[in-house]
Amino acid sequence: MKLTEIATTGNWETLQNASADADVNRAYTSDLLSDVMAHAHDSDILITIQAHNNTVAVASLAGVQAIVICNDRPVPGDMLASAQKENIALFRTKANQFETSCMVGKMLEV
Amino acid sequence: MNRLPDLSLETSPLTLVEVIYSTAIRDVMSADPIVVTRDTPMSTVQQRMRDHGVSGLPVAEEGRLFGIISVHDLIEILQQGKLHMPVSDCMTERVVTLEEEMPLSMAISTFSKYPYGRFPVLNAAQRLTGIITVRDINVSLVNRLLQQVSKFESMLDSEVTPGLALNRVFQTRKHDFENGGKASTTIKKHLVEHHVDRSLVKRVAIASYELEMNQVVHSIGGTISYRITPEAVEILVQDRGPGIANVDNALTEGFTTADDWIKSLGFGAGLGLPNAKRVSDIFFIHSEPGVGTTVKAVIHLQKQTKEQEA
Repeated sequence: MKLTEIATTGNWETLQNASADADVNRAYTSDLLSDVMAHAHDSDILITIQAHNNTVAVASLAGVQAIVICNDRPVPGDMLASAQKENIALFRTKANQFETSCMVGKMLEV
Repeated sequence: MNRLPDLSLETSPLTLVEVIYSTAIRDVMSADPIVVTRDTPMSTVQQRMRDHGVSGLPVAEEGRLFGIISVHDLIEILQQGKLHMPVSDCMTERVVTLEEEMPLSMAISTFSKYPYGRFPVLNAAQRLTGIITVRDINVSLVNRLLQQVSKFESMLDSEVTPGLALNRVFQTRKHDFENGGKASTTIKKHLVEHHVDRSLVKRVAIASYELEMNQVVHSIGGTISYRITPEAVEILVQDRGPGIANVDNALTEGFTTADDWIKSLGFGAGLGLPNAKRVSDIFFIHSEPGVGTTVKAVIHLQKQTKEQEA
């Protein structure tokens, strides 16, 4: 599924839409960055409540294309700036990690 | 007088040895020196020395060297008030000379052997063609060494720019989450730009990021150095403390000493070192409480020795 399509389909606020028309087909849900680092795949969507700069660093290193911040956590400006710099999409939702995972699962028809 | 440093072949830097052995005295000396003849009166010698700012003159006629007259000889004559005397009565006749074709090293050793400030230089036909002073040698050595140094510097530059090979050192500071991951991100980009296999890049990224964040989270700060060759990526992290009390525990998945604040940021789950070790082909850790921790992680780029997908 194209990232741009996901951005418009999901029940979330788009904070930063990646310009590249990347393909995403999986997701990884975790709040432990070392765990994300070790197990997330290229072209995953990352579902997490870790709303800070280091999440973008991990996403970039792991090859993650998009980050969904759950529970409507506030996203600091430097995180948004990093996401723009690294060309990683950033969404925010009121839903929790489980609800978001279910929603993304349906979108990706997993 | 200051002694010259030991310029022997065995102890000198090769560049210097090369310069002093490959340079001929002819290229360093002052050619066509001002001379006086044997019948020149000492009053004229005084005038020539003053006019040309020299403290010694060869005595020569049609290229044939008869002696040398120095400012010391002149002072003696002045004291005796015998300025009318001809040079032949005052000069030093037994003169140490050098030859044009000799290497500069020969001139240097001659200057260390004798207390004289200059030596006449003769050609193969024993005719006077120049004079050499310590100043001539200094100027020429500095110029030649400068050329060599710029040559080396331009070689250094050209080694850094092309290709995958890279040496880089980054600093980390305690709890500087703002910059945490900077080193790893920079290195990952470099590897991707040079078309390193994605799964290898991922393994480097994991090892690098975990070790980098370990320094940010746990240590009081340190360095993370990368040595990248076409064969391998070598990551060396060194911190200044506090050190790990039990390394075996630290390498056990799930064991952590992180506080709640660190955990709330998504770190300190006890996965860092085990992750880094898992993806490395070579992994070495040494820690001493109160001193610091050193970790070396190597990932081979040539063949995938670790089969698992990172």
